[in-house]
Amino acid sequence: MSEKTLTALVTGASRGIGKCIAESLAKAGYQVYLTYASKAAEAETAAEDIRAAGGKARAFHLDVSDAHSVKDFFATEIKDKTDLHILVNNAGITADSLLISMKDEDFDKVLDVDLKGAFICTREAARILIRRRSGRIVNIASVVGQTGNAGQANYSAAKAGLIGLTKATAKELAGRNVTVNAVAPGFIETDMTRALPESAKAQYLMNIPLKRFGAPEDVAEAVLFLASDKAGYITGQVLAVNGGMYC
Amino acid sequence: MSVEAKVQKIIMDQLGVSADEVKPEASFVEDLGADSLDLTELIMAMEEEFSLEIDDEEAQKLLKVKDAVSYVEKHTE
Repeated sequence: MSEKTLTALVTGASRGIGKCIAESLAKAGYQVYLTYASKAAEAETAAEDIRAAGGKARAFHLDVSDAHSVKDFFATEIKDKTDLHILVNNAGITADSLLISMKDEDFDKVLDVDLKGAFICTREAARILIRRRSGRIVNIASVVGQTGNAGQANYSAAKAGLIGLTKATAKELAGRNVTVNAVAPGFIETDMTRALPESAKAQYLMNIPLKRFGAPEDVAEAVLFLASDKAGYITGQVLAVNGGMYC
Repeated sequence: MSVEAKVQKIIMDQLGVSADEVKPEASFVEDLGADSLDLTELIMAMEEEFSLEIDDEEAQKLLKVKDAVSYVEKHTE
């Protein structure tokens, strides 16, 4: 068997935090597989940029909430073709509204992608990582999973659930030297937060002790640390990257 | 390779034990040091090797090497 390439899989990596995490892992020497749900062109460009910078990257279409697709993806692209070491569950969506007017489908779709998607990808990756006897799973949660946020009952529930998933999985996989941690970003400047009204942003800023919004790089650095050998004795933790918003 | 030999090899690979430890009467947990994750992996490896689907209830009855061998023999004929 030929030597397989040390690989990191980052879901939802066509833009924003996921793209930045993919770039950082590529710089750290990993072959990076980026997945996207809808932004094919952006994901291909992200992968191409990594390759242009001398890294290894490929982009794949993947709906993380579809268990069959995820299973197929792992079977055809990951299992025998790569040496998977890192999974970053980053794919996430929002569908904000006040709870009293929130539609069932808006609750379900956010939970399906943000929480169940991470579960499905973790299940597939864990089967590989436990055999490898070493691995890293990093889940991208959110400060709102820790504090709650008006207008985001679905997203807050999903992200709080992701923290629970992180802790349970950490306990199950610890015996196989696979660590599982979460990073909980605060207000990070991405397309997701750019959509918010200026008045809301000003309100958020007042509550950030470090007096600035975070950048995707701030989150990527935390992920890189948790994915590194340096973090080998850390598992089941939530690392908040939020400018002191909530500690 | 016989079913017995294949099962024995899976157990050796999965649990990191030697051929002479994998006796028919050996218990996965008590004699071969398997934990719950090992047992799950063992079941999955057997399912893969023999193209079987072993349901959870059946899987919980496979406590010893001989249980696994006879289960596979019975379900692959």
